Amino acid sequence: MLKKLTGGRIYDPAHGIENEVRDIYILDGRIANRPDDTRIDEEIDVRGKVIMAGAIDMHTHIGGGKINIARTMLPEDHAADVVARTELMRSGSGHAAPSTLTAGYRYAEMGYTAGFEPAILPINARQAHMEMHDTPIIDKGGYVMLGSDDFLLRMMAANKDQESINNYVAWTMNQSHAIGVKVVNPGGINAFKFNQRKLDLDENNQFYGVTPREILLRLARAVKELGVPHPLHVHGCNLGVPGNMNTTLDTMDGIEGLPMHMTHIQFHSYGTEGDFKFSSGSAQIAEAINRHKNITVDVGQILFGQTVTASGDSMRQHAAHPHAHPNKWVCMDIECDAGCGVLPFKYKDQSYVNALQWMIGLETFLMVDDPWRVFLTTDHPNGAPFTSYPHLIRLLMDKTFRNDILSTLHPEAQKASHLASLDREYTLYEIAIMTRAGAAKLVGLADRGHLGIGGAADITVYTDDADREKMFTTPDYVFKDGTMVVKDGNLIEVTWGTTHVVKPEYDISIEKSLKPYFDKYHTQKMGNFKISDDEIIDDGRGSLTVQPLHVGGPI
Amino acid sequence: MTEMTDSGMWLEVSSPFCGIASDDLTIKVDGNTVTVIKNGDAVTKKGFETPITDLSPRVKGQAVSLDKAVKHIADLLRTSKQPVIGGMATDLNGARSAMALADKSRATIDHMFSTHSFKNILVLQDTGWMTTTLTEVKNRVDLLLVIGSDIEVGFPRFFERMVWNKESMFNQDIESRQVVYLGTAPSGEASTSPKGKKAQVLAFDTANLPEVLSVLRALVKGKSIQAKSVGGIEVSVLTDLAEQLKNAKYSVVTWAASMLDFDHAEVTVQTICEMVKDLNLKTRSSGLPLSGKDGETTANQVSAWQSGFPMRTSFSRGYPDYDPYLANSNRMLAEDEVDTLVWISSFNIDKTPPKSTAKTIVLGRSGMAFEKEPEVFIPVGTPGIDHVGHAFRTDSVVSVPLRKLRDSGLPSTFDVLTAVEQAL
Repeated sequence: MLKKLTGGRIYDPAHGIENEVRDIYILDGRIANRPDDTRIDEEIDVRGKVIMAGAIDMHTHIGGGKINIARTMLPEDHAADVVARTELMRSGSGHAAPSTLTAGYRYAEMGYTAGFEPAILPINARQAHMEMHDTPIIDKGGYVMLGSDDFLLRMMAANKDQESINNYVAWTMNQSHAIGVKVVNPGGINAFKFNQRKLDLDENNQFYGVTPREILLRLARAVKELGVPHPLHVHGCNLGVPGNMNTTLDTMDGIEGLPMHMTHIQFHSYGTEGDFKFSSGSAQIAEAINRHKNITVDVGQILFGQTVTASGDSMRQHAAHPHAHPNKWVCMDIECDAGCGVLPFKYKDQSYVNALQWMIGLETFLMVDDPWRVFLTTDHPNGAPFTSYPHLIRLLMDKTFRNDILSTLHPEAQKASHLASLDREYTLYEIAIMTRAGAAKLVGLADRGHLGIGGAADITVYTDDADREKMFTTPDYVFKDGTMVVKDGNLIEVTWGTTHVVKPEYDISIEKSLKPYFDKYHTQKMGNFKISDDEIIDDGRGSLTVQPLHVGGPI
Repeated sequence: MTEMTDSGMWLEVSSPFCGIASDDLTIKVDGNTVTVIKNGDAVTKKGFETPITDLSPRVKGQAVSLDKAVKHIADLLRTSKQPVIGGMATDLNGARSAMALADKSRATIDHMFSTHSFKNILVLQDTGWMTTTLTEVKNRVDLLLVIGSDIEVGFPRFFERMVWNKESMFNQDIESRQVVYLGTAPSGEASTSPKGKKAQVLAFDTANLPEVLSVLRALVKGKSIQAKSVGGIEVSVLTDLAEQLKNAKYSVVTWAASMLDFDHAEVTVQTICEMVKDLNLKTRSSGLPLSGKDGETTANQVSAWQSGFPMRTSFSRGYPDYDPYLANSNRMLAEDEVDTLVWISSFNIDKTPPKSTAKTIVLGRSGMAFEKEPEVFIPVGTPGIDHVGHAFRTDSVVSVPLRKLRDSGLPSTFDVLTAVEQAL
């Protein structure tokens, strides 16, 4: 079955192609060379349309224990957005923490073809994969959370060599089927269990005598040396705390040039100036990002309205509980492995703090020079649900639109921000970098996020429209692995994506120490902790795609 | 991983029969006969060792082929005006297939233990909680407060595995752990320490738990209480308990909702959970709801991620319509609102469908005896014995892989319900 998309305007930053009219051929789910004499089975006229690879959400909470707690605890939020069954689609519910089925459909309808769960607890990885297994159409994968787990901290306290740490990291990535490694409030989730209420970058965990800075260095080095393409994914210390910009700057400086991705940077860019003792640190943060070429960030933009925050950071979520709206919240300690906190939250445009958060996020987008190192996220659902991405894209691409909204926000917050003076408008090419080529490169997806020969035929076709929100809300066509799944913004076929992983090598002898450790301290056997390939494939709908590693080895 | 040795023994087998999902069982399989050799208890032994008797599906008491039974179920669902998929005692894929079928047949979905689960779920949805998981308990608990629950009856190995373990990660003196029972006294010795230290028991009529817990919470918050006694217990005793909780570094407050057998027990669970939150302003404390038998946790988890709602959700309007009162299958059956009941009970032969006027389809464990023969009975495999699967533990965090231990030929709930869905 050979398909031809004729005459589209191609935006393919991975190949440096910006707005060039070319034809695309699709054969067996892949982008193919122009055939010499093969008959074309289906030709789709896309003349004048904007063509990009399918979008990739590199940080979205779509599967795992905490998001399922969020779903269960918010029936009122779902009730306002229930989704009826159709001939094609299962019923479900949407808004802040949508059901898995609805999430998959809505991502596809928006032109997204992959999403990555950023916080997979090793002990809860099985559940994260179960939920992603029930998320249709899009490809998925996740970053496994380390840094507050007893085994790692124990190794660090015993001053084990880097090779042993690498081995443990690689083992954990393999067993939990991850494509990256995440650290959340390094060591802080663990410290909270010992009743520590904050943990600064150089503060010791009281039991292990290990600092967040040391944890970050050990893990960032492990990821680099193992050849894992995705840099260590860092949710830093002191999330949400006024003045945390200094911690963030210190974290960047302290990583010794190792690749590091700092996630939802907006929540970590706060100063303490002004009457409200809360100010924007985005200028200094963006300047530091521009200077440190080893650093990538995603923004974690907030948008106004009701949502729910679901985080592994039990320490900071507990501290934030007085802000829960409505007033209900969950914090959990989990298996001497990690933790979580779930708080419904309403961002209000007439709140000084919330308005400034909105501005800080946008300032960061606009002041980071290199679109290959900044990514479009709302930290779904923590800043806003992913369905608000088209609105966010318009905010970035349309200065007038942005400033019109800005002028309606809390007046003191407007005075505290220089957002109105930022003239930058993102181009379509830059949007394609942030949401496609750059995201694929960052996650480590060799065959996605681009339109080169041999790449997966995940393709989104848009009608160019000055209203960018409208344009990015309803693509004309979305192809997933060559199958047309969306036409005129509506789902027409349901497919099931693959799970992307990497498989760094490890020395099996590590199990000699892990097996007795599980026997002695855990409530699950090591053998039952490990997730087999069959469990991902399950009823045949799932599949694993092993992405290539970089050349690793000690630095 | 569960593995079979040369001698026909299975090692490290996970049990789906108890909410704490022990996975250290050694099991011998000889043909269709299963015997727990090591680490069994009353719950897991019965779970694994119940013999297979029926192998053939029946319609109106007559043996029929599986295809015919499936077709009959599809016919009943096609004409049903108000179907219920109840019981829901199954594994992950069984729950997935039940959700798909409920969606397609516009059924209401509910679990056999929802009356108990909702004592917790309503609290989660109203005020939330701070909870912990079994490995944390095993390594950190210094004070275990048991509320109105005789744990060892429902969870025989809880103390052995989570409280009186040999050592903890953090060099804690295990013997120094304190166990306090509030309300119910334990029926056995499981809560007694290895060196013979008995649990402190503050026994009173559990009907007074709401009152007693309200006072305990007030004391934890530092309020002064005028009364000298409450619900049959001295306030001074509760004052001491409040101090114990405040002085503990990692107290765990546990309850089995199934054992809080009084009206509106959810309000009492809420009091417990709010007290735990209060304690966490200064020290650490966590709740630990104990439940999760017969697929209770699994069903609620799968339902939440597939529909956005837990059990007691109706699909009769074509979309998920959650209502803990209207979609309570016990109420619906008792009030004759249901014309067709699909009852799933693949773990325990005693868990038969409630009496009702509905035409009843049972996907049950082989060996089930009925007071009244159901319209359709299909003996299905038990997850973790007859087919592979997954089950969630009580803490809703850890799920265990279940293995196929024997080749009985019994179909899985997933196989049957998927066939029904396709036949619709």
